[in-house]
Amino acid sequence: MFNAIDRDAERQRVMNRRTLVLGGLKAGALSALVARLYYLQVLEGDHYTTLAEDNRISLRLLAPSRGIIVDRAGVPLAVNEQNFRAVLVSERTDDVDETLDKVVKLLPLTDADRRRILRDVDRLRSFAPVTLRENLTWDQVSAIEVNLPDLPGVSIEVGQVRSYPFGEQAAHILGYVGVVSEQELQNARDPLLSLPGFRIGKSGIERKHDLALRGTAGTSQLEVNAVGRVVRELARNDGQPGHQVTLTIDAKLQYYAQQRLAEHESAAAVVLDVQTGGVLALASHPSFDPNQFAMGIPQDLYDSLIKNEASPLTNKVVAGHYAPGSTFKPMTALAGLEAGVDPTHRVFCPGHYDFGGHTFHCYKKGGHGSVDMHDAIRMSCDVYFYDLARRIGVDRIADMARRFGLGERTDLDLPGEKNGIIPDTKWKRRTYKENWYDGETLSVAIGQGYVTATPIQLAVMCARLASGGKAVKPHLTKAVEQEYTEQTVWPDIGVKPEFIQRILAGMAGVTSAGGTAYAARITQPGMEMGGKSGTAQVKRITMAERNAGLLKAERPWKDRDNALFIAFAPVQAPRYACAVIVEHGVGGSSVAAPIARDLLLEIQLMEAARAQQADASPAAGPAPGDAPTASGQAIPSAQPAAPPLTRVTSVPAAPGEGTPQ
Amino acid sequence: MMNLDMGLDPQSNMSLSEKLGQISWSLVLLITAVACIGFAMLYSAANGNFDPWATRQIMRFAVGAVIMLVVALIDIRIWLKFSYFLYGIAFFLLIVVEVMGHVGMGAQRWIDLGFMQLQPSELMKVTLVMALARYFHGASLEDTGRITFLIPALIMIVAPVCLVLLQPNLGTSLMLLMVSGAIFWLVGVRLWKFALVIGGVLAAIPVIWHFMHDYQRNRVNTFLNPENDPLGHGYHIMQSKIALGSGGMFGKGFLMGSQSHLNFLPEKQTDFIFTMLAEEMGMVGALVFLALYTLLLVYGYVIAMRCRHQYGRLVAMGLTVNLFLYMFINIAMVMGLIPVVGVPLPLISYGGSSALTVMTGFGLLLCVHVHRDVRMSRRGMSDF
Repeated sequence: MFNAIDRDAERQRVMNRRTLVLGGLKAGALSALVARLYYLQVLEGDHYTTLAEDNRISLRLLAPSRGIIVDRAGVPLAVNEQNFRAVLVSERTDDVDETLDKVVKLLPLTDADRRRILRDVDRLRSFAPVTLRENLTWDQVSAIEVNLPDLPGVSIEVGQVRSYPFGEQAAHILGYVGVVSEQELQNARDPLLSLPGFRIGKSGIERKHDLALRGTAGTSQLEVNAVGRVVRELARNDGQPGHQVTLTIDAKLQYYAQQRLAEHESAAAVVLDVQTGGVLALASHPSFDPNQFAMGIPQDLYDSLIKNEASPLTNKVVAGHYAPGSTFKPMTALAGLEAGVDPTHRVFCPGHYDFGGHTFHCYKKGGHGSVDMHDAIRMSCDVYFYDLARRIGVDRIADMARRFGLGERTDLDLPGEKNGIIPDTKWKRRTYKENWYDGETLSVAIGQGYVTATPIQLAVMCARLASGGKAVKPHLTKAVEQEYTEQTVWPDIGVKPEFIQRILAGMAGVTSAGGTAYAARITQPGMEMGGKSGTAQVKRITMAERNAGLLKAERPWKDRDNALFIAFAPVQAPRYACAVIVEHGVGGSSVAAPIARDLLLEIQLMEAARAQQADASPAAGPAPGDAPTASGQAIPSAQPAAPPLTRVTSVPAAPGEGTPQ
Repeated sequence: MMNLDMGLDPQSNMSLSEKLGQISWSLVLLITAVACIGFAMLYSAANGNFDPWATRQIMRFAVGAVIMLVVALIDIRIWLKFSYFLYGIAFFLLIVVEVMGHVGMGAQRWIDLGFMQLQPSELMKVTLVMALARYFHGASLEDTGRITFLIPALIMIVAPVCLVLLQPNLGTSLMLLMVSGAIFWLVGVRLWKFALVIGGVLAAIPVIWHFMHDYQRNRVNTFLNPENDPLGHGYHIMQSKIALGSGGMFGKGFLMGSQSHLNFLPEKQTDFIFTMLAEEMGMVGALVFLALYTLLLVYGYVIAMRCRHQYGRLVAMGLTVNLFLYMFINIAMVMGLIPVVGVPLPLISYGGSSALTVMTGFGLLLCVHVHRDVRMSRRGMSDF
């Protein structure tokens, strides 16, 4: 018994000792916990607080609405429209397939659409909306809305899409917006670009003023949970909507110009304000619908635009460079005057000019007979300019042409602008490593050979002539927000005014009796125009063809001559300058000149009407005359400016009068 | 002297009211206080709602408290007598879930009783302690020195541990092993034997690794390197550490824990509830909580030390170690000190099985206290 008690006591002693050890271990372990707690909560507390904040708050960008683009009178050219899209939140439907089957009855969904939707449903979180279809029509929206009870998880969301009320009519000026490319994303700092579905300017004004139009991103601080579901919005900053850009374009004239060009297969025209250089109309035909780009253009449509022989995506006003043909002759004449050539000096034109063993033809087979400078411009006599050019040399001509803006980009900031070529002896040596041949000077004299120019350069050249020798530069932007950027005072080119007056008089002669474009003259008093026609060879006429007397109209379209015309009006105090090209239109004075006349007449009639209205109601407000209010013409169906064909005075050409050149 | 004592045993046949008087009401109060912290946390975990967790947890606690008192009032000699039997039931249920799992209900660890889900492995945590205490109740130091004597006890341990491991439930099997180890230690098993076993286990680690499930391996890997896989298995630990750390010294305030309330914290109502407590109450709150918990452990120790029979001492110590292991493993896990093992925090975490076993455990602890002076023979019955 005592033994047992001893044994119990011994057992108890061992246990007590070991209990103490166990307690010690536990105390140690507890201290470890406390130490860890101290480390996490006190020593590293700030670090983890930051992490927790990051966890909790998700900063979402809010896309600002893009600035609108208006014409000089405030008519909207590019606006934002509501874009309805149907979305599906997969967690709100039991059976995605079944819901899609019902949706298909209301919305056309292709199999590819369906695959994409199902892929997105798998990929995205179940509460994230998956786009079923964008750009719903109003009928589709109402069909969905009515059937919503049967379409669990489907809803309609409203977004913004860029809309161009004038569609094709101003596409080449405005350009279009598109999704941000991978490369643009890498180079950009603006976080907006990474927003899904964000569109930036890809071309034209949309691109040039993209930063101003874009605005700044708003932010929404959202409290989110671990799976990204929004719990609530903590703070919101709506950001800055994009600035409004005001163009120098006159929407009415632009619309008219584009309509007028549409009569031809491929053509371009531009109208400038002689004093400011502001572009009033800039039309290139055929065109494209930028609305389709804004919504994401279907591949087949894009392919057809690319493949089209008349290249609708190319803005021919800046990106088309053509041999200017006889429209270049004012430069040759002016170079001659500055070189001291007597304008009354007469040259006999027998219809050809023999030089260096070659025969250079005048377009008029029988020749013009004896012509002075004025006659030569008026009748566009090639032989006179051959003779003049041979005497003064190519370098003088080139120098004059460059002073008038040829051979260099106008920096209108429209895509694909070409330099054009104004050749001289140095250029030839630089480019071809060859000496200049005098025979080539003769080609340059009549705007052929190496010479090329863009329609905008020809218009600038004409504007510089019409302004009496001011170095006017063209521009499209009148104001960004309210800050006007237009320049009206231009440096002098440095050509004696009397020389320029002589050239202008010659150009006025072009549309007078005996001039090449008499048939296309403006008869309204005070609105008369002066101009210069040009019919530029696209393909050299071979001797065999010349001998065979091949009719120009029988040649393949692509080989036919380009028809050009430059013009200014009114003759007495020029305010507008214009350049027109009809690709392969054959007759400068018969095809291009009437377009120039219609454009110049249209703008003058419009101005006159405005001035009249302004007189009638002097308190009409800041917008001049009949400037439509923004709301008045915001809708494309509002038919901007019907072509005033009734007002055009078309004088039938008298027989034998004014051979087209 | 001995006869005198034997004849005057004051507690052998106490009346109910005497027993109620003997219950350590301060311990009951302490348990209730800790449980109340749990209710508050569950209320917060549901974003300030009693539903779905707090109400049911309170009801469970109420039921558990009744069970605890009943267990405490039952004569400890009855518990001694039924120790093996209860262990047998728990063991049988472990086999049942194992077989059911194979029959086609997946890796199931519990039996659905309708009103609650019973986890036999939780039951085993208590009954194994009871069985081992029963086994060593009459053992002398000489007995425990003999390896042959230890072998049946080892079998009692290894068999359920293997079953639990098969479920698979690494956390619980480790706890069973550690509690058993503590009892072995307390009854005087020599140190070199422990050294031998620990060495053997270390040598067996590569083999164990080979047999581990992928998810268990991932958990260990994740523990060793949580930042490597921030959105996968490391995510829980990362988020838990962020929650804890961002709580700072004084916490974000009750119901204000952004991490927990925004669901960054996984399992915030069960395994990661301490994280939420530390996030909302800060280090101060966490220390107060730890202090209360430590006080619970001290109570356990005192009860064990004051008990005059080996069975009671071993039961009290075993249950206290059990409680400690629960707490330590859970808290160390949420703080990233040890790998993620699914061990709840007793009295705090939401859950049926663990709450009931824990309350039963406290009942036994109280029972030991009430019957601390009962005299028992080595065979387990009272000496007379």
